[in-house]
Amino acid sequence: MAKGVVKRTFTKPIGKENPVFAQILGICSTLAVTGQLENTVVMCMGVMFTTTLSGATLSLIRKLIPGRIRMMVETLVIATFVIIVDIVLRAFAPDIWRQLGPYVGLIITNCIIMGRAEAFALNNPSGLSLIDGLATGVGYSYVLIIIAFFRELLGTGELWGIQILNPDWTNWTIMVLPAGAFFMLAIFIWVVKGAIIKEAQDGR
Amino acid sequence: MEGNLYPLAVFFGAIFTNNILLVNYLGMCPFLSIAKEFKASVGLGIAVIFVMTVTSVLNWAVYEFILEPFGLEYLRFIMFIMVIAAFVQLVEMIIERVSENLYAALGIFLPLITVNCSILGVSLFMVIREYTLIATLFFGLGSGLGWFLAILSMAGILEKLRKARLPKGLEGPGITLIITGIMALAFMGFAGILPIS
Repeated sequence: MAKGVVKRTFTKPIGKENPVFAQILGICSTLAVTGQLENTVVMCMGVMFTTTLSGATLSLIRKLIPGRIRMMVETLVIATFVIIVDIVLRAFAPDIWRQLGPYVGLIITNCIIMGRAEAFALNNPSGLSLIDGLATGVGYSYVLIIIAFFRELLGTGELWGIQILNPDWTNWTIMVLPAGAFFMLAIFIWVVKGAIIKEAQDGR
Repeated sequence: MEGNLYPLAVFFGAIFTNNILLVNYLGMCPFLSIAKEFKASVGLGIAVIFVMTVTSVLNWAVYEFILEPFGLEYLRFIMFIMVIAAFVQLVEMIIERVSENLYAALGIFLPLITVNCSILGVSLFMVIREYTLIATLFFGLGSGLGWFLAILSMAGILEKLRKARLPKGLEGPGITLIITGIMALAFMGFAGILPIS
C-alpha cells in the first residue's frame, strides 16, 4: 500500500468530499442532535465507530456478497454495529441515550454509512476501507461539533452544560428550535461553499 | 389525553405540530435531492405515505407479538429494517406485475424509500411513545401526510425560486435548508391547536 494512497484516502472525506457539506448526506442526524454539545459528541463517536467497522467488515466479505442482495447485507452489517452502540450507550450513558431517543437507531439509515459502503468499501481492500470509514466519521464529526458549538452557545449561553456567557446574555431561543438547526446548517454550507468558489476563482 | 379523540390527536399532531420533517428532521436526504422536481416529489410523497402507514403497523405487530414476549427488544433495529426492506421489495414486485403505469410512476422511488430515515424513524418513535395499534396507524398515516405536505410545499416554492438570483454559495442545498427553516417556523404556529406535544 503506497503511502500517498493512504493519505489521500484520509484527507478526502475531511475536506473536498466531506459527507455533510459537499455531498449533503446524513443531514437528519446533523440537525437533530446538535442542540447540545455533549449529545453531539456522543453521537459522533457512535457514527465514527459504525462507519469505521462496517466499512472494514463489508470490504472483508465483499467478494462473497452476491450483487443482488448487496444492499440487504450492507444494512444488516451496519445494523449489527448500531445495536452494539445502542447497548453500550444504554449501559454507560443512559441519560444521553434517552435524549438521543430514536436517533441512535437511525444511524442505520444514515446515508453516509450506506454511501461509503457502496462507493468505497465494496471496491477496496479492508485496510483502506477502515481508514476511509474513520476519515468519513471525522469529517462528519467536526462539522456537527462546530454547528453544535454555536447552537448551544447562542441558544442557551452554555457549553457542555456549563454557563459560559454572561448571565445577562439573552438566549437566542431560535437556535434550540428546529428552525435554528436548518438556518445554522445553511449558513455553514454557505460559508464553506463560498470559500471553495472563491478559491477556485483565485486559482484561475 | 385519553378516550376516542386520542388517535385523532396523534394524527393531527403528526401532520402539523410534530411534523416528521420539520420538527424531527427525518427524511431530509431525499427531501433535499428530490424537491427540485415537482412531479417526482408527488410520486415520492405518495409512496412514502403508503409505505409508512403499512410498515408502522407491521412493525407494531412484530414488536408486540414477537420481540416483546421473547425479550428481544434489542433486535428491533434489525427486525424493523428487514420488515421495511421486505415490504418495499414486495410492493415493487406486485406493482410491476399489476400495473405498468403505476410502476412507471412510482417504481423508481420505492428502492429510495428503504433508506429514507423517516420510515424507520416512525417505527422507532412508535416504540418509544408506546402507541396502541390504532394510534400507530394514525401516527404512520399522519407522518406520511406531513412529509408529503412538506415536500410538496418545498417543491412549489423552489419552482418559483428558479429565476431568483441567489448568492453562489447558497444555491442548491443552502437555500433549500433556509426555506425549510422558515417553514419550520411557520409550522410552529400550529402548536396551539393541540394540548399534547
